[in-house]
Amino acid sequence: MKSKWWLIALVFCLVVAFFAPLASSSPDGLERVAEDVGFMELAQEAPFSLIADYVFPGLENEALATILAGIVGTLILFGIAYALAWLLVSRRRETV
Amino acid sequence: MHIPDGFLNISTVATTYVVSAGGVGNAVRVANKKLGEKQVPLMGVLAAFIFAAQMLNFPVAGGTSGHVIGAALAAILLGPWAAVLIMSCVLIAQSLIFQDGGLLALGANIFNMGIIASFAGYYGYRLLTLLLGDNRRGRLVGSAFGAWSSVFLASIACAIELALSGASPIGVVLPAMAGVHALIGIGEGLITAAVLSLVLATRADLMQLQRI
Repeated sequence: MKSKWWLIALVFCLVVAFFAPLASSSPDGLERVAEDVGFMELAQEAPFSLIADYVFPGLENEALATILAGIVGTLILFGIAYALAWLLVSRRRETV
Repeated sequence: MHIPDGFLNISTVATTYVVSAGGVGNAVRVANKKLGEKQVPLMGVLAAFIFAAQMLNFPVAGGTSGHVIGAALAAILLGPWAAVLIMSCVLIAQSLIFQDGGLLALGANIFNMGIIASFAGYYGYRLLTLLLGDNRRGRLVGSAFGAWSSVFLASIACAIELALSGASPIGVVLPAMAGVHALIGIGEGLITAAVLSLVLATRADLMQLQRI
């Protein structure tokens, strides 16, 4: 069971993502400064959008769309970082 | 603190891309040499946790919110170079998939929230565990201090980039950024210490792993 501790940890991360709809929607520190100091208008839109602003597209319920975006992102990042680390460790073993 | 495109001029974009590419390249080299098998799932879990936690903006004073960066937590558990790798994964995914942080600003965002925050978090933590002792109290206080330093120093780096880009004079943007992030950093410190105390309670053996 101990070897699968990371599964429990991953479930914990998914639970954290579940609370995303409760996040404050106020501007963050940088956005606040950009508005107050007056350079917010310099910001440009991204040239394309996939899951922009952590809202999964095509869902009417915004809370649900946010949770889905959070879950998708959490799983993607687990996969990417795990795969990268695994690659770095396993490629060393072959070359030694 | 994700910088969107448009805030930075082309020379700042180019400089930060070059510096961050060098930093990430070195992180890959160090991890390839030293990363242990036991650390592989922890890399995945930390990237997942940091992504999820970054979605949870908490309110700070005056209609402003902040969210954790997470670099300090990763650096404390795995070491600063591993944290640079984790933060780069998170920031690249956020920019490409979630349109949070510009594509041109990615180099600066990796520099601020990846490189600066990871090393500030790591050495802030190390310094306090040296002063207070490498025990539970020293580790928790050290993690909070390291986490606060990571946000504060990242915001200063961000302010310098904005000033160099001509977005705002340094005398205006630096105190504004440092001031609000000194507050957001308190949230980062509390959350980092809370998560570290959870790790100490459940998987204290992770603290024995070699830091890279």
